[in-house]
Amino acid sequence: MLETILFAPLLGFLINGLIQRYRLTKLPIAIIGCGSVLISFVSAFYIFLQFLEDPPSWRLLTTTLFEWIPTLGVDVSLKMDALSILLTLVVTGVGFLIHLYSVHYMEKDSGFGRYFAYLNLFTFSMLLLVLANNLLLLFIGWEGVGLCSYLLIGFWYEDPLKAQAGKKAFLVNRIGDFAFLLGLFLTFQTFGTLNIESLSQWTFGPDHANVITWITLLFFIGACGKSAQIPLYVWLPDAMAGPTPVSALIHAATMVTAGVYMIARLHFLYLQSPLTLSIVAGIGLLTALFSASMAFFQNDIKKVLAYSTISQLGFMFLAMGVGAFVSGIFHLITHAFFKALLFLAAGSVIHALHEEQNIQNMGGLHQRLPLTHVVFLFGTLAILGFPPFSGFFSKDEILWYAFQHHFMVWFLGWLASLMTTYYMVRLFTLVFYRKSSHEGEQHLHEAPPLMALSLIVLALLSAIGGWIGVPHIFHIDHFLNHFLGPVFQTLPESHGTPATEWGLMAWTTLTSLGVAIWTFLSFHTDKAWLTHFKLKFSKLHRLIEQKYYVDEFYHFMLVAPIRNLCIFAWKKIDTLFIDGFFNGLASWATALGLKLSLLQNGNTQTYAIIFMIGVIGILMSLWI
Amino acid sequence: MFEPYLLTLLIFFPFVGALLLFLLPKTWQTWTLPGALLVSTIEFVLSLWILYYFDSGSHELQLVHKVTWISTLGISYFVGVDGINLWLVLLTTFITPLVVLSISQQPKLKFYLACFLILETCMLGTFLAFDLFLFYIFWETMLIPMYFLIGIWGGPRRLYATIKFVLFTLAGGLCMLLGIIFLMYLYNDQFGSFSTSILDLYSVQIPFSYEHFLNPQTLLCLAFLIAFFIKVPTFPFHTWLPDAHVEAPTGGSVILAAILLKMGSYGLIRFALPLFPQAFEILTPVGIGLSLVGIVYGALLALAQEDLKKLVAYSSISHMGLVTLGIWISNLHGMSGSLFQMLSHGLATGGLFLLVGMLYERRHTRDLTQFGGLAKVIPIFSVFLVVITLASIALPSTNGFIGEFLVLLGSFQFHPWIAACAGTTVFLGAYYMLSMIQRVIFGGLTQPSNQGLKDLSWKEITVLTPIVILIFWMGLYPKPFLQKMEKSVLHLLSQRAHYELTIYEKQP
Repeated sequence: MLETILFAPLLGFLINGLIQRYRLTKLPIAIIGCGSVLISFVSAFYIFLQFLEDPPSWRLLTTTLFEWIPTLGVDVSLKMDALSILLTLVVTGVGFLIHLYSVHYMEKDSGFGRYFAYLNLFTFSMLLLVLANNLLLLFIGWEGVGLCSYLLIGFWYEDPLKAQAGKKAFLVNRIGDFAFLLGLFLTFQTFGTLNIESLSQWTFGPDHANVITWITLLFFIGACGKSAQIPLYVWLPDAMAGPTPVSALIHAATMVTAGVYMIARLHFLYLQSPLTLSIVAGIGLLTALFSASMAFFQNDIKKVLAYSTISQLGFMFLAMGVGAFVSGIFHLITHAFFKALLFLAAGSVIHALHEEQNIQNMGGLHQRLPLTHVVFLFGTLAILGFPPFSGFFSKDEILWYAFQHHFMVWFLGWLASLMTTYYMVRLFTLVFYRKSSHEGEQHLHEAPPLMALSLIVLALLSAIGGWIGVPHIFHIDHFLNHFLGPVFQTLPESHGTPATEWGLMAWTTLTSLGVAIWTFLSFHTDKAWLTHFKLKFSKLHRLIEQKYYVDEFYHFMLVAPIRNLCIFAWKKIDTLFIDGFFNGLASWATALGLKLSLLQNGNTQTYAIIFMIGVIGILMSLWI
Repeated sequence: MFEPYLLTLLIFFPFVGALLLFLLPKTWQTWTLPGALLVSTIEFVLSLWILYYFDSGSHELQLVHKVTWISTLGISYFVGVDGINLWLVLLTTFITPLVVLSISQQPKLKFYLACFLILETCMLGTFLAFDLFLFYIFWETMLIPMYFLIGIWGGPRRLYATIKFVLFTLAGGLCMLLGIIFLMYLYNDQFGSFSTSILDLYSVQIPFSYEHFLNPQTLLCLAFLIAFFIKVPTFPFHTWLPDAHVEAPTGGSVILAAILLKMGSYGLIRFALPLFPQAFEILTPVGIGLSLVGIVYGALLALAQEDLKKLVAYSSISHMGLVTLGIWISNLHGMSGSLFQMLSHGLATGGLFLLVGMLYERRHTRDLTQFGGLAKVIPIFSVFLVVITLASIALPSTNGFIGEFLVLLGSFQFHPWIAACAGTTVFLGAYYMLSMIQRVIFGGLTQPSNQGLKDLSWKEITVLTPIVILIFWMGLYPKPFLQKMEKSVLHLLSQRAHYELTIYEKQP
């Protein structure tokens, strides 16, 4: 069963990869591409149903395929438990919807077959990451999704900027992966195994504390790369160069959450190191705030969503950091629904407007793209966290645990969520409501059937997906806690009164509602205050608009010095110094030979003189 | 039945094949290429036979063939195979037919092909020789066909490059020869007779002292090291390599990168480490340092190159730094990773040079600025380029990853900071390789001369496919490869102070 889930997309990749050359009609490619993911989803769903019936301790399926690196005792072995089944369902379920959506979205593209091949390869790699039972296998998936991300960001490779964005994503990820590798080494060095199952059964002594802090930190740096956290987030906004469904699947719903999943998977290690957990929470919180602010003045519809993704990922890491693993995974799932939806809806807008991405050129689309408008609204409400949309439950839960942790953590989290409200409502208003200059220019095409189907399903999921984790104060069963709880063993204790919980919930929702209305009105009618703000704080505005010049900073600190060092090493050290030395040696030998050849000039008198000197020399040495 | 002669047959079969090629009458001209291909393919099949006979449960020297040659000096013709040279032999016999297959019409075709076959004999002899004198002879003879390959069929600066290559290698070889003579003298001093069998020489006690750096063992070790450093090449003895690569014809580059460089690292394992254990130990910091510098330096230089072949050549220096690093740290993972990395590097870099050659045949330039957008016109070529590049940057599931991971793991166990320094290759390697990919196949098709390029022919696909299959095979199921080398590596490492290698007696 596990093999079916894992290898169906791989098979799809191989078939599509081989037949795409032959310029077949698009139908077989689409059927293979979507079908293989559907097979995975159905198999996973079947297992899920079984897991629901089983008692918690039975919710485990493992299989070992073959021995991989015998000297390290590493097998290719898979493990399906309550945590990985949820992720598998998200990857294959949301993945399948995005595959379906892509059939129409990409139908005019000449690289249709290549696109589906990559997408299937991505699904396979992501499933491998999720199902791996040892860290090295997880790392194959980890790098595999990075490769697919690279290939898909640069999918339209004729545009050098897009190819460049793909390369940047891969390289930034590689920095994280380097740390991840070191973490693997340290794990192997300390415990002698990379098997997750064996590691989880380890009883950690106090002497392990230091090492575990290092291990978890190194893994977290890897997670910062993959999940776009400070300081390695810079690749994700550029990654929007890829086709929009790719942004939805890879750069919103699945791949970027790999870091969160990894921490959840290794929660037993992270729990051993309070320091790392604080750092995780801190980075998560900082990223949530920082990237939310960067979304403020962005005018590219996908870039706003990209920064929003980074910010939401920050929330997930915050949850992980305060020990609320279930809440983190909960937010991962709801985020997969609503962010995939938002991206796909944005794709529908872009598609309708013929590749227009600048929101300043949009507006008034609510009548012309009614379906897209409604689903986008659903997505927006979900991300804002309005009850009863899915984001409400997961975000509220994270904020609740943050509050238990420390008031300031909650406060900053709340601030970030207000910022989210501002930029999302701004985006929504500018795209769908504000009067546009070129209204009625042409007839716009609403999403074709398959795209519409995906949008509607995801909109429903965004609306009701949150009910899998209703707070206990509602007196409804918290499904996720029951299902995932046994995996994590420990749940963070909740020691606030129901009144506090109600109060916080109401406060967050009402303030968010206030900001939403205010933002909607200011962007809908006039934006005098905005111009005013721009003029008054032009420097600050510019700083935020230019994304705090982080890219420029990295270029100045890292890229340019490496470039200069390369040129210096080549021109000066290699050519001038080393090669010059050996070539000098050679020409010196030649010169010496020429000098010495003067001795053999055929002049008998010279020879006789030298001969005489020699004889005298020998005689003298004998005499001495 | 003929097991004892299998290795000898393997070594000299290509040589006989080369002679037969010369005897081919003029009217049979068309048979030269298929003939050479046939010889090298039979050779590959013969080498599979070794794999069949090889007992991976033993660390001993197997399939030995030993005949006395110059009895007064104790020199014998002595060949054998163990877990350390087994895969290098197979790499040689695997790469050669692919190179022969990739050759198209050339001036002086017969001579050209004969050079490759003679080269194969020399390479196999070097890997299989267990007599130091015999090793030296094969080591130096190898220069002759290589000299012709670069000097006759090379690029515009071929004479400069080939003389540089020969002089560098000869200089190293001479140091080694002095070392060999000194070793023979020491052996005679201790045992009263001459022998150049490595198995005997392993038991020589070479005077060593920790106080004085200039002791016999360290000097001897240095003499050998210089020869091996030049061959690998280890920084700062590497400057011959880019020149030789750039000027060599495609086949020559492939053989040079895939196999010849491995002789240096093989020499480190076979000779430097077990013959001079204490000297090797005190020189370890130097070796590790030079390897690390090579890794980073090679990568940086690769990043600066505008010429495709130079880029791959410098990447070789970086990757070979990883190989030597694994040897210097001398633990199980480092050493087996290093052996594995030799194979991975042979396949990936060999494949890259083949691809560069194919591109050169079409475009007659290797200047990176001349390309761009080739994925549109030659998609099959681009797929192969991407896949082989990924192996080169050690993407997990390719063979490059296994080797790199093991070496880095080994160096981490030696000292975490070494792994941290060497690990920069994870980033730098991806940096220069992906920049190369981007400049060659991505971007717009700006150059009009790129527009009409023909995609790979079936013959070229046949050349590259086996490499790609092996890349994934070794990456996904490395067990058979690692298992066959494991016993020998463990034996070498556990006994490094008093290394002994015995001859395998087949169990009745």
